Amino acid sequence: MNIVVCVKYVPDAQSDRTFEPDHTTDREAVDGLLSELDEYAVEAALALNEAGDGGEVTVLTMGPEDAAAAVKKALQMGADKGVHVLDDAIAGSDAVASSLVLAEAIKKLGPVDLVLTGLASTDGSMSVVPAMLAERLGLPQVTFASELTVEGGTARIRRDSDVASETVEAALPAVVSVTDQINEPRYPSFKGIMAAKKKPVETWGLADLGVDPSQVGLDAAWTTVETVEQRPPRSKGEVVTDEGEGGKALAEFLASRKFV
Amino acid sequence: MAEVLVLVDHVDGQVRKTTAELLTAAARLGEPSAVFIGTGFDAAKETLARYGAAKVYRVDDPAVSEHLVAPTAEVLAHLVERTSPAAVLLPSSPEGKEAAGRLAIKTESGLITEAVDVQPGDGGGVRTEQSVFAGNYTVTSSVTKGSPIVTVKPNSIPAQEAPADAVEETITVPLSEQARAAKIVERKEKAASGRPQLTEAAIVVSGGRGTAGDFGPVEQFADSLGAAVGASRAAVDAGWYPHASQVGQTGVSVSPQLYVAAGISGAIQHRAGMQTSKTIVAINKDPEAPIFELVDFGVVGDLFTVLPQATEEVKTRKG
Repeated sequence: MNIVVCVKYVPDAQSDRTFEPDHTTDREAVDGLLSELDEYAVEAALALNEAGDGGEVTVLTMGPEDAAAAVKKALQMGADKGVHVLDDAIAGSDAVASSLVLAEAIKKLGPVDLVLTGLASTDGSMSVVPAMLAERLGLPQVTFASELTVEGGTARIRRDSDVASETVEAALPAVVSVTDQINEPRYPSFKGIMAAKKKPVETWGLADLGVDPSQVGLDAAWTTVETVEQRPPRSKGEVVTDEGEGGKALAEFLASRKFV
Repeated sequence: MAEVLVLVDHVDGQVRKTTAELLTAAARLGEPSAVFIGTGFDAAKETLARYGAAKVYRVDDPAVSEHLVAPTAEVLAHLVERTSPAAVLLPSSPEGKEAAGRLAIKTESGLITEAVDVQPGDGGGVRTEQSVFAGNYTVTSSVTKGSPIVTVKPNSIPAQEAPADAVEETITVPLSEQARAAKIVERKEKAASGRPQLTEAAIVVSGGRGTAGDFGPVEQFADSLGAAVGASRAAVDAGWYPHASQVGQTGVSVSPQLYVAAGISGAIQHRAGMQTSKTIVAINKDPEAPIFELVDFGVVGDLFTVLPQATEEVKTRKG
């Protein structure tokens, strides 16, 4: 199958992330990496083609120059080729504009069977780009997939909510986002790391996609972040050591706060 | 007054708590109009009226519920065009966000997700508050184009009763072929656990690696408080508890009145899912566990000793 995996280069979620004065995410102060949740999407793509009739996995990203590292990691895992949309005008884009750029890039790549993404980026955490992509490409979408199989041109997906477990069938081509329950992403092998050096990576600007700069970037956004305030760190409360009365102390605290 | 569309979140007419919260938020912005899709309307009507729905748009077409989300987005887009609402409010669930995403593109409107507060903005817009970067930052945002679409985080806006007429209007929306492309072929309802839903509960008690697979003390403590039970990613990955109970970056995000973390170290992945809880309590053997930096009260000790003792004490006090 021809599979495109959309990945994002994000500030490390384990570090202290912060904002720029213009209220965009600060992408300089903290080290970036391939968003952890996107690894599951890359793995799912690789596994599908290994189990099936082969095919090609293209990894697609949009972002500043450093975002090339996200493409590289996916190629090291086993993706066949990469595309990096790089253009200064993109900085500060909202989800709507991101979905436009990604959709145009996918159209430019030619006929695709499946578009895979992670369940959310670890910075914006919106989970809406897959649905927006699907809408722009005129495709069905299923998000939060915990199981994904493909047979005879149909994707079969299981997803779980807190009230039910649903099985959904979508005719390909489709957009699917996957959760971290779907697989165990492989570590790049030494062989994979060496092979990645020879894999083709194309860099495209907005002009290559036929996207006007006025449609993307901070000024084009359909939402605006008005204020940004760091939450004061929670003042550490009382911590006691259990010496036989710990449970009682806990119950007493809860009672003092009217939970009991 | 402009209408505010509210997508009703229900299971066969049993309206979920989030819908009441959305209707309360909607009343701040305009006149609440509930949008009910699916079966069981008779069971839902009373609740929708009680929480302030001035109008209810009903969609009876079964094709809409059988196909995943795209039809809901088409119904909402049809209503947006017809009513030019002040806002469209949806729950911050997977379906809610999918519908919101498609709707944003269809109606060329801005979209904000996971709002913990919704207020009228200056000059008639909508202003939202969100908690971002694992709860370290609070941001206020507004939509600058189209009919603002907002998904609202459960348990953030207290629902208020505000009896209204809930005048019904049944609408038919022709669905495109494309909307039928994803079909729900099987749906297995989870057995009711008798405990509150995780995202809606006022109290959540979660277990982690420290339980070593035995959630008994966690469950009993939760039951003594009438709480929901959550689990850390470590516990879910080990197969000790279902993924639907996972609290954290890749699970559910909760903001209850009280969050109790037992045997959970408090790594960022977990904190991202519970950091905005009003009161936080932890039990952990390790005094250096990062979770203790967040707590209002903590016990350094073995949850297998502390929780049963606490459960007994709670039961005694409750009488």
